[in-house]
Amino acid sequence: MAHRVLAIGPWPGLIVAGLVTFFSLGTLVAVAFRADTIGGLDPFDVAAVRFTVVQAFGSAVLSVALAIPVARALARRSFWGRRALITLLGAPFILPVIVAILGLTAVFGRNGVVAYGLSLAGLEPISIYGFHGVLLAHVFFNLPLATRLLIHGWGSVPAEQFRLAASLDFSWRDVFWHIEWPMLRYLVPGLLVIIFLICTTSFAVALTFGGGPKATTVELAIYQAFKFDFDIGKAALLAGVQFAICGVAALASLWLAVPQAVMGGQDRRLQRFGSQRLTTKIIDCAWITFATLFLAVPLLVIFMQGVPYVLTLPVSVWSAALRSLVTALGSAGLTIVFAVSLALVALRWRWLEGLGMLSVAASPLVMGTGLFIMVFPFVDPARIALLITALVNAVMSLPFVLRSIGPAVRACEDRFGPLSDSLGMTGWARVRLVILPRIRAPLGFSAGLAAALSMGDLGVVTLFARPDGATLPLQIYRLMSAYRMEQAMGAALLLLFLSLALFYLFDRGGRGHAKS
Amino acid sequence: MLSLEGAMIAQDGFTLKADFRVKAGRRVAVLGPSGAGKSTLLAAIGGYVTVTQGDIVWNGRSISNLQPNQRPVSNVFQDNNLFPHMTALQNVGLGVNPNLRLNAADKQRVLDALIAVGLSGMEDRLPAALSGGQQSRVALARLLVQQKQLVLLDEPFSALGPAMRIEMADLAQAVGARIGATVMMVSHDIKDVERFAEDVLWVEDGICHLPRALDDFLNDPPAGFTSYVGE
Repeated sequence: MAHRVLAIGPWPGLIVAGLVTFFSLGTLVAVAFRADTIGGLDPFDVAAVRFTVVQAFGSAVLSVALAIPVARALARRSFWGRRALITLLGAPFILPVIVAILGLTAVFGRNGVVAYGLSLAGLEPISIYGFHGVLLAHVFFNLPLATRLLIHGWGSVPAEQFRLAASLDFSWRDVFWHIEWPMLRYLVPGLLVIIFLICTTSFAVALTFGGGPKATTVELAIYQAFKFDFDIGKAALLAGVQFAICGVAALASLWLAVPQAVMGGQDRRLQRFGSQRLTTKIIDCAWITFATLFLAVPLLVIFMQGVPYVLTLPVSVWSAALRSLVTALGSAGLTIVFAVSLALVALRWRWLEGLGMLSVAASPLVMGTGLFIMVFPFVDPARIALLITALVNAVMSLPFVLRSIGPAVRACEDRFGPLSDSLGMTGWARVRLVILPRIRAPLGFSAGLAAALSMGDLGVVTLFARPDGATLPLQIYRLMSAYRMEQAMGAALLLLFLSLALFYLFDRGGRGHAKS
Repeated sequence: MLSLEGAMIAQDGFTLKADFRVKAGRRVAVLGPSGAGKSTLLAAIGGYVTVTQGDIVWNGRSISNLQPNQRPVSNVFQDNNLFPHMTALQNVGLGVNPNLRLNAADKQRVLDALIAVGLSGMEDRLPAALSGGQQSRVALARLLVQQKQLVLLDEPFSALGPAMRIEMADLAQAVGARIGATVMMVSHDIKDVERFAEDVLWVEDGICHLPRALDDFLNDPPAGFTSYVGE
């Protein structure tokens, strides 16, 4: 019988496992108790369900369809700035949604660059609100994700296959059908499901670009039932519907090959034969240019239009920024405590780590609804808005963070467990002296990720916050709604800076002074 | 005295039988073909693998159910003997107090141990700034402060060159003598064994044979040994 890891007490991990399960699933029970019966769905709600599914499906298909040529181009071309571009593809993951929304509005909106171009050509500008806008924003966020994962896919094809193709004088069609298609057929279904899942729970996009009877998602309907009608029964019923949608997608992702590299960059360039023809070069170049412009221009516009207003932002924006910073730091701290506790207890009972992944299928709005129902009889939810936001953000960050901390803790125990046991290092001493120093790099990365995600989150806080208790993303949304676009741009730039700075500082802190 | 009494040790579908005694203060080499169970034997005595039958007894007291650190055992493993993020002083200091809270007297003990293994002035270096031989010296210095009566060395110097291995085998012998411990060392190299051991414990095909004096063993080796050495 092999030796079992008994050196670290299981209680912190078990408590966290319970807490996380409570947030992911327990809130749903609270929701179920208050929910109207299924007959409580009116035609408006049914339209919301349809819109949620249709836009998520459309966004997923469009993102992946565009990502395929971009990923292929990036996988087989080498050019100056390629590494930087692949890094940039990782940025949307920590980019606050509201910042991207503002950038996209500035480029594609009524007064944007694209509308100007169209008007020069004598065409009507297309509206960024409604279905188009939601799709546009989702592609903006998910095209980079899909591209990175597919670059990984191209990188996983053995180089010999391409050499063989060259020696057999394959045409590009042969290469596609015999080499690329099998890889894509394996990866694309999982990719579609992930993006579908992300798009069903992207509340901030629906809040800003959606709305109205034709473009309301289920999450937006929950928000409206709460905020405008204060119809908790309806909100709870919709929360149940939302959970069912996410649950089905999450189950689908379980039996599909879901690519795992969320942030890990794969930038080995393929050595490919037969891709040196001028036409393929031009096509690749066009795709790379398209992706670069599509991702970079909205951010550049934010930068250029926001800079003049940053220093003259009103006090309300600065105090919102402060609230967001406190929330983000608190959330990062909670995420780390949760993740490390779970990873440690998973050394004994591996399946417990799976509980931390539950929130992949959970909707923050559903969690928020459940928590609201539970705390409402006891405290004014607005008083604990930031605490709840930090907690929900932490639970939502766990799946991503555990993917880096879990394996690091296991590797550390594999390598240093026997030595630590032999020296009698147990409990907190073991965590403090061995595990934390050894997982410092993933710890810093994870804290940065969690802080940035929380900093930019515009979700559960909308349900709870008082008018004078907004976080920075919420404050930007309010400025936008009030058509104070200059201030919104300035505040968005501030938010962008703070999010990136938090990520950079934590990640750097984890890697700095690295002792071998 | 260490005795394994009808011990059955199972690990990953492999079973090792051990029934033998080692007198206190002896230096025992554990020899045998690879995969024969040498490391499994040491892991069982150290408390990393539990015995399914029989007992492991130290000085009349069963230690089979004790945690690794509660046993009268200190270890040098094949690798990962030092924490790369700790200085030589800290790595040895863990042998005094696993919390690493060391008072002045503790610190002096650690410094003395480092001097005894020939590392004076290197206490603040990280393992990366030490040579392979120096890293082995740090691990041996920790044995000195741990003061455990049974020292288990599992191919501790296999990453070192031949000359350095001889040097370390000598140092291990000196360390064992200084704390008056029984030392068991797994080795692949008969030269190390000749230099270091008083007794030899031959392990083959899942069976631990009785320990024999080195000369006796070399004069009349088991059949498996001849083919192992390849003579």
